[in-house]
Amino acid sequence: MSTFSPRKLLLAVAAPVLALVVAFLVTSAILLLLGDPVVEVWQTILSWPKPRQLVQIVNGATVYYLSAVAVAVGFRMNLFNIGVDGQYRVAVFAGAAFAGQAWFPGPLNVLLTIVVAMVAGGLWASIAAYLKVRRGISEVISTIMLNAIATGVVQWLLLKVAVKQQGSNSISTKPIPESSQLDGLGLIPGATNKVYTLILLAVLVGALYWFVINKTRFGFDLRATGRSESAAVASGVKVPRMVVTTMIASGALAGLIGMPLLFGQDHSYGTTFQAGLGFAGIGIALLGRNHPLGIAAAALLWSFLDVQSNALQIRAGVASEVVFIIQGVILFAVVIAYELIRRADVRLEQQRVARELAATRSDASTPEGATA
Amino acid sequence: MSVTGLDAGVEKVTATPRRLRLSPLQWVGVGLGAVLVLSILRVVTGANDVDSSGLLIAAFGLAVPIALAGLGGLWSERAGVVNIGLEGMMILGTWGAGFLGYHLGPWWGLVGAVIGGAVGGLIHAIATVTFGVDHIVSGVALNIVALGFAKYLSVRFFSTLPGGGPTQSPPLEELPTISIPGLSDALGELEQKHIFFISDLAGVLRAFCTNVSVVTILAVLLFIATAYILWRSTFGLRLRSVGESPVAAESLGVNVLRYKFLAVLVSGGLAGLGGGFLALVAANVFRDGQTGGRGYIGLAAMIFGNWRPGGLMAGSVLFGYTDAAQLRGGGTTVHAFLLLLAVLLIGIGIWQIVRKGRVVQGVIALVVGVIVGAWYALTDIVPPELSSTLPYVTTLLVLAFASQRLRMPAADGQIYRKGEGH
Amino acid sequence: MVGRDVLRPGPTNHPPGLLSGPGRGVVAITAAPARPDGTSDAHPAVQLEGITKRFPGVVANKDIGFSVARGTVHAIVGENGAGKSTLMKILYGVQRPDEGSISIDGRVVDLHSPADAIAAGIGMVFQHFQLADNFTVLENVVLGAEKLHGIGDAARREITRISDEYGLDVDPDALVDDLGVGARQRIEILKVLYRGAKIIILDEPTAVLVPQEVDELFDNLRELKSEGLTVLFISHKLDEVLSVADSITVIRRGTTVDTVDPSSVNARQLAELMVGAELPTPQTEESTVTDRVVLRIEDIVLAGAGAGRNVLDGISLTIHAGEVLGIAGVEGNGQAELVEVIMGMREPTSGLVFLGDTDISDWRTREIREAGVAYIPEDRQRHALLLEAPLWENRILGHQTEEPNVRGFIINSAGAKADTERIVKEYDVRTPSINVKAGSLSGGNQQKLIVGREMSHQPKVLVAAHPTRGVDVGAQSSIWDIIRQARRDGLAVLLISADLEELIGLSDTIEVILRGRLTGTFDPDTVTAEDLGAAMTGAAANPEETR
Repeated sequence: MSTFSPRKLLLAVAAPVLALVVAFLVTSAILLLLGDPVVEVWQTILSWPKPRQLVQIVNGATVYYLSAVAVAVGFRMNLFNIGVDGQYRVAVFAGAAFAGQAWFPGPLNVLLTIVVAMVAGGLWASIAAYLKVRRGISEVISTIMLNAIATGVVQWLLLKVAVKQQGSNSISTKPIPESSQLDGLGLIPGATNKVYTLILLAVLVGALYWFVINKTRFGFDLRATGRSESAAVASGVKVPRMVVTTMIASGALAGLIGMPLLFGQDHSYGTTFQAGLGFAGIGIALLGRNHPLGIAAAALLWSFLDVQSNALQIRAGVASEVVFIIQGVILFAVVIAYELIRRADVRLEQQRVARELAATRSDASTPEGATA
Repeated sequence: MSVTGLDAGVEKVTATPRRLRLSPLQWVGVGLGAVLVLSILRVVTGANDVDSSGLLIAAFGLAVPIALAGLGGLWSERAGVVNIGLEGMMILGTWGAGFLGYHLGPWWGLVGAVIGGAVGGLIHAIATVTFGVDHIVSGVALNIVALGFAKYLSVRFFSTLPGGGPTQSPPLEELPTISIPGLSDALGELEQKHIFFISDLAGVLRAFCTNVSVVTILAVLLFIATAYILWRSTFGLRLRSVGESPVAAESLGVNVLRYKFLAVLVSGGLAGLGGGFLALVAANVFRDGQTGGRGYIGLAAMIFGNWRPGGLMAGSVLFGYTDAAQLRGGGTTVHAFLLLLAVLLIGIGIWQIVRKGRVVQGVIALVVGVIVGAWYALTDIVPPELSSTLPYVTTLLVLAFASQRLRMPAADGQIYRKGEGH
Repeated sequence: MVGRDVLRPGPTNHPPGLLSGPGRGVVAITAAPARPDGTSDAHPAVQLEGITKRFPGVVANKDIGFSVARGTVHAIVGENGAGKSTLMKILYGVQRPDEGSISIDGRVVDLHSPADAIAAGIGMVFQHFQLADNFTVLENVVLGAEKLHGIGDAARREITRISDEYGLDVDPDALVDDLGVGARQRIEILKVLYRGAKIIILDEPTAVLVPQEVDELFDNLRELKSEGLTVLFISHKLDEVLSVADSITVIRRGTTVDTVDPSSVNARQLAELMVGAELPTPQTEESTVTDRVVLRIEDIVLAGAGAGRNVLDGISLTIHAGEVLGIAGVEGNGQAELVEVIMGMREPTSGLVFLGDTDISDWRTREIREAGVAYIPEDRQRHALLLEAPLWENRILGHQTEEPNVRGFIINSAGAKADTERIVKEYDVRTPSINVKAGSLSGGNQQKLIVGREMSHQPKVLVAAHPTRGVDVGAQSSIWDIIRQARRDGLAVLLISADLEELIGLSDTIEVILRGRLTGTFDPDTVTAEDLGAAMTGAAANPEETR
């Protein structure tokens, strides 16, 4: 983190803004190509949400935020934990099963469930960590395999502990008792639904993430490993241990993803539980550049698009799935824009340094060209 | 090896590893050995489906998409571009096959598949080669994007069609398959007799000449073409040089970025074709999610094959076999594999301790082997939810044991900008 | 004869009488030898006029001009950063000049890319070899020139022919990864000959060679010359240049100083042209070596991969407080691995390392550094710096458990920043601020920062691997002063270097490493480059093994 300067701020904001503009244009072009009513689509999406929808947006963003932070912890170290999807499902299953048993009274149950979920997520992630450190298997492939394995394992375990949900054919874990259910916070005026109580958890996680990564020794080692593994090793970082710790931490954080949904909405884990949160988290972490505030903004954007697109079928006659196109184009545009801006930043700084040095010393020897 | 930037202190092979280059005759020997093992397993466990021709036909069939995806990965990585986005390209391929396959017929469906995959390849190429985005980031993003695109395009174009729906296309016409009638029946009879080893061999041979899809033949031809192009032509030499040392290549006048771009496009097309197989041959319909991670398994097969077509093919057959086993045989076949796995693990465990002196790892292998053996003994069948994980577990196990002696293209994953070398 | 390639900058001072002026001077070339085809060389093989190239913030080449006669070896000398590399890139089409012209055989050419240069008959052998390790020699040679002889047997025959004709001793089907440095260089030369180069440019060819290999290279060059080829040769090693060149152009601060005839100048005069200053005399310092053993290495063995020979084969060393132990050796003989073993980055198969009386053989890197072992790695960009991080974060790197960087397990950014300012001042790191990225600094300033950082934690031992590689002359001089000061302060210094001048100038004792073994101990005051070179290549009949 360098000093706060106007130039830095401009560059930091330039990339997402540039990308959004490009994404807007490209998406419109695609919609035109497909014969969809471009104007109506944008009108629907860019309309101001009603209070009820605002709550939905915030709630969706909360869950996305947790997912993205879990992924970002790994990303900062060049570790690609794609397995967040499997980890959160294993964790929320374990948590839901535990919470349903209600061995402990209300609030304690909530707390312990969160711990159980974190442990479960961490354990599932540790398999990938072991395979990477001991057998050299890329965590990208191993975590994806583990995602698929998690699907099967959780499904099997669910059948074992299943309880039929009233009024539907789907099965789920035993619903958690009233005393453990969290009613939510009435943060948005005029809305009948409530914001998840566990938004507080998300805020806490974000603050902790910022603190650990930027202010602690561990965070320094983590970032150093991500920037240059060779330099980190020479500086004394034990990379295999960092990999294991970070993967497990990432998995534990992934375990939190399902908690707001569990306590604030579904109250059990079953076949209809929201899926795909892990992959959304990856996209959001990339959008937010692994920065705690950036991720928050990205999560809100993503959730905003989700919620607004629900009305597309009715108001524009377009399937709500078109939001995937919008999200996808934004993701790529942003990723490319970030790379371009980063490069420009490095080049500009090199030139600035060379200029300033040449100015201060009139007979400085010619600099050794680009050092990178 | 590691596809990503972190090596995590795994012991790297510093000297030239003994290259496992088997002659065709030796490959046949390996094949016969495998058949022998399977026949023993069949007789011991009584699971007759273990190497039945029905299963093997399905196995070869399911190996094709994995092999094509892996071949795509090979083209890309030989040019130094890591392609995690194979899954996404495959997904686009399945959709393209469904779309053109429905409107214009199955042969056009194949074209649609290649185009769909190539579009994915184009996006990945622009991001990584033109703009220098990290390869893995781009690949992961592509998978997310392709999934979403396919979902939307499916809803948009298939829901209103007769027989179609929001997550699937209408049924697609079949592509022709080829069988050798006389031989096929004769081998079939031999197989039914259940004679140790002879019948198994007959089953294997029958699978080669019965109901072989034209796409399978196409895939085999593509493999041969790849081996020739990449290793015996100027184009291939330059492409591989770009993946080994882009700086050297550029200094000799090779247009590095152009070769990378092309390689990624071809990669997308091949992966898309793999998706086309899934839609047109395996299922005769496009269905949301039908790729099921096979793009990644293809990547694993490529790694297993040490970035060469021959090994890749072998790996694909292995993975295709596990895929077929869990789809067809379900519980009983997978259950039989537990025994095989137990024996292998115990064997490895003993070897690690006795020959290599790695006691901790050997004990772990032994313990796990015993647990698996106990599982086999105490149950009759593996529940379907668990047996569905067989291909993925196999992928992990294979990678775990094969990873150490591999050699990837030297500049794989390197982000290259023009003029970087100087 | 030890070359003086180490010079301190000073006031400009041309001795009169030798030159006729700056810029395009009088070209004094020995008479061109008769060419095999009997034609006379009306036009020089290469003529440069007024070449100028600007980069943001710096003028790399300014009004450069000289001529090279066909069939000669023409050397271009200048110190690090004088602009030689840029000039060669221009000649090879990698960069385009902002002003000026290049003529080949009397025709003006416009080079847009290496392909154009190759078409004009120019071939370049880079200082850092451009070879694909996993390819065979054949594949490396034919790459990009497949049209000439295909990629099969015809190419193989042609390679063998060229190899035989010029005495290069190259096997087309060998894997490059298996070959040593001298062989790789010959492949680079073969590459350019294969493409029909008539003008061959060599960029610092002897930087990685040992004296005996240098002689072999020069024999090859004379052979090329006798066949009518023209050789351009960039170097800063003056004695080598004097022994093989027919004509020498001196470049200083991006412009041509003069072109001279080697038979009319000696090394000192040439050196003065290069820096325009007086040469320093080698310093003879008082010995500061004490009896106290600080670092002791006992019988370190490091097994090679597979069944190959040991990378380190029973290395034992002792360094006392106040002593600089220099290790000489051609790259790839185990020096890098020895450093990694000492720093805990690699586990030896057997053997012990002692810091004082403590056995640190099992210690990991962090603990070793905390115990007072300072480390200047060979490759600073990969091992000592985070290029995209600001300077003050780089100050923390390597010492992220020590004051003033941390308080407990929290990073103390204020403390680190303040200390970085101090290091920047004390060690003369030229940077506009401590918040710029490390990658924006020049090599010399990066290295000064690293040295300053390492010396800031009261080290007992300094492990310095090639500490002045890629560093401008001013910074090099500063770093040597720092090492001498460290020696006076009682540190034990392990100095690994390929620069024989540096080793001889700084060390109290020199050990030579060859194939993982120590093959000779030398006293810097009496050793010669030939003795060292012989021990480094195993050519000596009776290697000294006195201890």
